[in-house]
Amino acid sequence: MLSGFELGIYLPIAEISVNIFVLFFMGAAVGFLSGMFGVGGGFLITPLLIFYNIPPAVAVATGANQVIASSFSGALTHFKRGSLDFKLGSLLVVGGLIGAGIGIYVFVLLRRLGQLDLIVSLLYVVFLSTIGGLMLYESIQAMRRTRAGQLATLKRPGQHNWVHKLPFKMRFRASKIYVSIIPVLVLGGAIGFLSSIMGVGGGFIMVPAMIYLLKVPTNVVIGTSLYQIVFVTAFTTVMQATTNQSVDIVLAMLLMSGGVVGAQYGARIGQKLRGEQLRALLAMLVLAVGLRLAIELFVTPDDIYSVTLALVSGGS
Amino acid sequence: MRLASGTLLIASLLAAGAAVAQQPVPANKETVEIGLSTDTISITSGFRGTDLTVFGALDNADPLIQRQGRYDVIVILEGPPRNFVVRRKDRYFGIWINTESVTFQNIPASYSLASTRSLQDITTPKTFAQLSLGVNNIYYEPMPDGFASSEALREFTKELPRLKLKQLLYNQRVGDVQFLSSTLFRATLSLPANVPVGKHVARAYLFRNGEFLRESSTSLNIVKAGLEFRIYRAANQHSLLYGFFAVFLAVVTGWAGRLVFRKD
Repeated sequence: MLSGFELGIYLPIAEISVNIFVLFFMGAAVGFLSGMFGVGGGFLITPLLIFYNIPPAVAVATGANQVIASSFSGALTHFKRGSLDFKLGSLLVVGGLIGAGIGIYVFVLLRRLGQLDLIVSLLYVVFLSTIGGLMLYESIQAMRRTRAGQLATLKRPGQHNWVHKLPFKMRFRASKIYVSIIPVLVLGGAIGFLSSIMGVGGGFIMVPAMIYLLKVPTNVVIGTSLYQIVFVTAFTTVMQATTNQSVDIVLAMLLMSGGVVGAQYGARIGQKLRGEQLRALLAMLVLAVGLRLAIELFVTPDDIYSVTLALVSGGS
Repeated sequence: MRLASGTLLIASLLAAGAAVAQQPVPANKETVEIGLSTDTISITSGFRGTDLTVFGALDNADPLIQRQGRYDVIVILEGPPRNFVVRRKDRYFGIWINTESVTFQNIPASYSLASTRSLQDITTPKTFAQLSLGVNNIYYEPMPDGFASSEALREFTKELPRLKLKQLLYNQRVGDVQFLSSTLFRATLSLPANVPVGKHVARAYLFRNGEFLRESSTSLNIVKAGLEFRIYRAANQHSLLYGFFAVFLAVVTGWAGRLVFRKD
């Protein structure tokens, strides 16, 4: 600790004093990873904030706010390059807004029941361990193949699946696909729901789902996913601000400014490292965060009783 | 009954005797007043808690009782009433989950007490209960729509003050009401770092020989000042604008980050 300096800053919504540099570096570290791996980082920021004693409700809402910054700059890049399917993206946004609306309602309900912290932790444990496990398995397989002298290529997805048998088909020119709007809306909705409950962008689910389920070509996947994330996280932020008053702009600014700096260096390092090693590294990090959250669910709390302000119940 | 009237007779005779001997001091003429140097305290975000000094005066005191130290004063500062939920965690499949809960209504958000002596030396538990005085005697009123059993109610009613004491929002300081002269006293109360904003009420209770005589009260407004609190207020009062502003900040930061990115 650097003594003699007033490093503390009071977060007006989280209502705790925190160290400026800890949060700036937290933002920078996650920004570094997001630059290196091309992920949004929301799924790491929210648990890290919870570890740092930020109330989960504030961590989730501020996490969504923080994701807008990185997604917006990414989406802008893809927009300039033209690697973005507006039609598909807009349909995903429609689904996303519905999902986020439902998510906010569930969020308020869980908060009133006193189960929000538990559900957020459980969702994170499930998602982080699943995604981390799959990534680790996939990257180890890839490393094995390269060692065996084969070319490390991604498994080529099949041409058609059950998704293509659904009705209400629509043609998406930029993606060169002809697919039912049902899975598009459902996927957008699911991501929107997670965005409001977990404070994530959802790119880590959206990208594989678009590639494997919708067969969207990889060159437009990232741009389209970022386009949807910008709108859905913006909507989630406004909804969280109006219903729960749990968006902390001081906290968000600290994380975002750290994130902007970190992302630059992350992207540079990322180009020098090998893909499968990089993915194995991220997988282990994701698993570690998930494990830490899981342990907290099982450890006997210091005090089994807690007291909180009762939320005003809406309507009688 | 006869005995009681007999005692009364003796008492009045004694009073008459005293009246002849010296200046008459009619029973229960003592008054107590307290004053605060300010009616508003503004605390900034760096607030780490402080002591609040309340001055008071005891008038028309009986000098004899005063010499024996049989006057006692208790001063409290009660925070604004709020509703609170107390929850209990239980273990299910190894995971700790909030299960039972009881909501209490109009519970003082904070409660600081200072007294001349330890509470049990001042008066009887019954008197404290009647006055709702002291952390363990506040009326913890459960919400009428609760489904909790009477057993659970008893359990949670016991836990609420314990949790509040643990958070330092409730505190009791024995011996921190001191007489500076025969009439003037000073009470030192603790304002914790997390003291709630709003209208607080300070009350002084006067006891003579363990008998409650009088109370007087004054109010104190606690407000938060500084940029952080303005942000907090904006988030609560103009939440839609605040939300749009949060999005705007993020978009600007993202865009600025891209400008920096393109330089190299």
